[in-house]
Amino acid sequence: MELLINPLSLTVLLPAIAGLGIFAIPRDSAAALKGYALAASLAVFAVSLRLWTGFDAAAAVMQFGLDKPWLPSYGIHYALGIDGISLLMILLTTFLVPLSVLASFNYIKESQRAYYACLLFLEAGMVGVFAALDLFVFYLFWEAMLIPMYFLIGIWGGPRRVYAALKFFIYTMAGSVLMLAAILWVVAAHHAAAGAWTFSIPALYAGALTEQAQFWLFAAFALAFAVKVPLFPFHTWLPDAHVEAPTAGSVILAGVLLKMGVYGYLRLAVPLFPQAAVTFAPWLAGLGVVGIIYGSLVAWSQRDMKKMVAYSSVAHLGTVMLGAMAFEPAAVSGAVLQMVNHGLSTGALFLLVGVLYERRHTRLIEDYGGLAKVMPGFAAVFMIVTLSSVGLPGLNGFIGEALVLFGSFRVYPWLASAAVAGVILSAVYMLGMYQQVVFGPLRHTENKILKDLDLREWLYLAPLLVFIVLIGVWPNPFLRRVLPAVDNYITLSRQQPAPPPALVKLALDGEEAR
Amino acid sequence: MEGNYYPLLKWILLAPLAGFLLNGLLGKKFLGERAGGLIGSLAILVSFIFAALSFSDLLNLPAENRLLRDTLFNWISAGTFSVDAAFRFDPLAAVMALIVTGVSFLIHVYSTGYMKGDAGYNRYFAYLNLFVFFMLALVLADNPLVMFVGWEGVGLCSYLLIGFWYEDPEKATAGKKAFITNRVGDAGFLIGLMILSGILAANGVIAMDFETLRANAHLLGAYNFLGIAAPTLVCLLLFFGATGKSAQFPLYVWLPDAMAGPTPVSALIHAATMVTAGVYMLARLSFLYELAPRALEVVLLVGCFTAFFAAVIGLAQRDIKKVLAYSTVSQLGYMFMAAGAGAYAASVFHLATHAFFKALLFLGAGSVIHGMSGEQDLLKMGGLKKEMPFTFLLVAAGWLAIAGVPGLSGFYSKDLILEKVFEHGGAFVWGVGVLTAALTAFYTTRLFVLAFLRSKRGTGHAHESPLSMTLPMTALALLAVGGGLFLKDRLFVFLDPSFVPSHGHTPEALRLMVISVAAGFTGIITAFLLTLPGPAAALKAALPRAHALVYNKFYVDEIYGFLVLRPLKRFSDRVLFGLVDAGLIDGLLVNGTARASYAAGRLLAKAQNGRLDTYALVFAAGVALMLYWII
Repeated sequence: MELLINPLSLTVLLPAIAGLGIFAIPRDSAAALKGYALAASLAVFAVSLRLWTGFDAAAAVMQFGLDKPWLPSYGIHYALGIDGISLLMILLTTFLVPLSVLASFNYIKESQRAYYACLLFLEAGMVGVFAALDLFVFYLFWEAMLIPMYFLIGIWGGPRRVYAALKFFIYTMAGSVLMLAAILWVVAAHHAAAGAWTFSIPALYAGALTEQAQFWLFAAFALAFAVKVPLFPFHTWLPDAHVEAPTAGSVILAGVLLKMGVYGYLRLAVPLFPQAAVTFAPWLAGLGVVGIIYGSLVAWSQRDMKKMVAYSSVAHLGTVMLGAMAFEPAAVSGAVLQMVNHGLSTGALFLLVGVLYERRHTRLIEDYGGLAKVMPGFAAVFMIVTLSSVGLPGLNGFIGEALVLFGSFRVYPWLASAAVAGVILSAVYMLGMYQQVVFGPLRHTENKILKDLDLREWLYLAPLLVFIVLIGVWPNPFLRRVLPAVDNYITLSRQQPAPPPALVKLALDGEEAR
Repeated sequence: MEGNYYPLLKWILLAPLAGFLLNGLLGKKFLGERAGGLIGSLAILVSFIFAALSFSDLLNLPAENRLLRDTLFNWISAGTFSVDAAFRFDPLAAVMALIVTGVSFLIHVYSTGYMKGDAGYNRYFAYLNLFVFFMLALVLADNPLVMFVGWEGVGLCSYLLIGFWYEDPEKATAGKKAFITNRVGDAGFLIGLMILSGILAANGVIAMDFETLRANAHLLGAYNFLGIAAPTLVCLLLFFGATGKSAQFPLYVWLPDAMAGPTPVSALIHAATMVTAGVYMLARLSFLYELAPRALEVVLLVGCFTAFFAAVIGLAQRDIKKVLAYSTVSQLGYMFMAAGAGAYAASVFHLATHAFFKALLFLGAGSVIHGMSGEQDLLKMGGLKKEMPFTFLLVAAGWLAIAGVPGLSGFYSKDLILEKVFEHGGAFVWGVGVLTAALTAFYTTRLFVLAFLRSKRGTGHAHESPLSMTLPMTALALLAVGGGLFLKDRLFVFLDPSFVPSHGHTPEALRLMVISVAAGFTGIITAFLLTLPGPAAALKAALPRAHALVYNKFYVDEIYGFLVLRPLKRFSDRVLFGLVDAGLIDGLLVNGTARASYAAGRLLAKAQNGRLDTYALVFAAGVALMLYWII
């Protein structure tokens, strides 16, 4: 029963149950399917709000904890719990899913039941990843989530969907296989040192690994997560996946899935292997900065709107990595906030591209132009989202970007200064696209009859706009909840080098005896 | 915390914000033109009234304690970084706020007439109000981060208003150019702030408000980057931001193109207020610049060069707004010269008088353009004196003011700047300043003569503008004429209580003044002579190369395009995207791996051909090999 009473556990389970429940509805009653999916995702969001209201912002411990023995002989527990970082990620997920459902109403016409089921299963997987406190459970959710995403791209995607889905799947799998091997190694090493099996993430933080082992294990984790972020040069699956995915798929992919990479560094890779992480950190931050400049410049070269937004994600996540690898309170909390911001602004950008695609069935920038005349509402929303994406002060993007830049400058002055180039370049490509799509004369006759945003479209765009402005003006409620978790992360990254394994074993044996 | 808590301050800002929201959200459909224009103008009037109230309360305080503060809430707080949404009202902020709200109000009123019947009427007023909001945030900010909000925000509004008639791709492009050029400067500004905050945080100072910065600025002295002292580097980077916003060399290129926006916008944003933000920033952070004499030298020289360079370009332009745009760049150069010479009060003085006469000249140009149904070519004007008598008189006031005729506002501020520059910058910089004064007199006189005097060259009929336009111009004309005399001593005592006017002049002051006045009159007389059709043609024929060079603005835009923009775009398209991304990473490494595994699979599949004899052979060979190893 506790599984259903604990709001965190319920947030994980409810979408999965709802995903199963949708099969009770006949496959051809489209209206009922849509209504059900929307109601279910809204219910999940409502449940997740309990996490926000019940969260103690001052406490530096995992909250809403749940710990059920699962395979006790191997120390595997169904253990959940969240800190401020996972709280924001979970809320971002439960917030974006209803919007994605709403955005799919007209877009998805085939096998709708399976589609909405996939979305709900995906949601369960994503929330599970952010909530898991057990490595085994984490890995399970991590892999489980791939399957519905694979189907979303592969079945409901564009013309090259099979190529893109396969590429996405293999790329991610290649990373996670290494991670699985590393997980088993860590657990085995812990068993060798402590004499007991455990997959509990916090228990493994006090690791007993030699520096060399840490090096290889961190490399394995880091690679798996680097693919997900995506960090340059592991990013080329992203543009393909985005271009082929349906609108909702892109929103979830950019909004949530990319965050799992950074989340993996924050929750696992760095705290599990702190010494190796500190050695690698400047390089990872450097790759982040390369991503900022490279992603921006390549985004500038794109003619397909979705591709451009995809490359802009490479740039934005580069900023996040720079912040996360600085181990400085302002920079890391900025990075976490920027993860949320990117989910909001890039999610909104994909939704806006979807709005155009549903009307004209093209994503090429040159097929548009002059839309401000026929779609003034769209033009206004697009403007605000563009400005959020380029980090205009007063909107959400600025807060995250500024915190990352100011904070990481204190650690990596050169990298942070180079990262400022992103401020210029983002304006170059985003305003360039905006101008070509929205300004100028209405060149194409097909565009003269386009309709402005309808009520349903306003309904899924307006909530994003509210948060884009709210976080820009009043970010503290979000930052306050993140800071204790950020402090923990920084403390863990500064753990002393582990003494040789034999000594550790003795010490821990002594503890057990007591 | 120092200063007096003063909750009225926020209303100076909130009134324009409310105006923006009303016009922006309700728009033409619900408000209509009349109400929209009225709300827009009233919002600014309310803001002006609150600014005036705060000003009078400020005056009632003892001179050394004139600081009002209003902290709304803690804006960003993240451990080692904390910024309040806080505003301050001190003499400098008061002067700026009064100029901004006052001139803005007049230009809003003017706009109700100028924009009549435009399809985007309400959108226009929404943007204009938003601009005033951000500009006030910039000048009232109590820390550099809130200042940066205004700093970028005015850039946004400038972008939106330059591209206001977005259907014309050229205008939209001009807007984008302005935003991006500004962002280049802003990047420098941001790095400057990052260094500043980094050093202070390393010393345990987290707060960023100006009082804290002033008290701790000395901490910077202990740091070096690349062999440059930290104060110098920070000041140079912040000044780089100012060259973007205030259109100085090398980032001035956006301002002339910004004339694509509606003319009242050029008057307000691209002459009177936004472009002066850099000058204001220097005055606001003067305590920092005082620690960096090297940086001040750079400011002085850049200002001097820009003033001269832009004035030269202004000599040969045919578009009435372009002449004024280059004139603005040049006059801003004067302000930076003053700041570079350490005479911040003088730069603010010129900022004020320039706001009056340049806004007046732009509004006059707008009135001419309005009266001639959109004509902007000076060579197609002429003889407008008869058809537009009011505009003629009002522009004449602006012309004489900028040309430096004694008694008018421009004379006082420019003269003071030249005096200070002579004192602190040396004779050469001063000489260039005087030469520029002569050029200024020349190009403004040329503009005036070509537009209003002599015979009519163009076809078509011009008409005088409505009262809604001429009345605000009259107010500005009064300020342009009398403002200098009125402000010259009062402003200094107010800005700097320790300043004593009678002691402030060098012994050469009188001689310097005579020379600069003479230079001005020389410029005026030469312009009258050279604009006669005969001499003008003869001059052009005598120096065809030079004329082409100046007329084409020394090809700076083309050089930037050739050196920076096009190579970068080509690099992104061909090298990064074509070669690295699609070719190397995705083609060779990713899909190459996929193809290699596929090929390996095919190869191994051949081995599994189902023929037992092959299997037996391989098996035997394997056994033999193993035996060989073992033995």
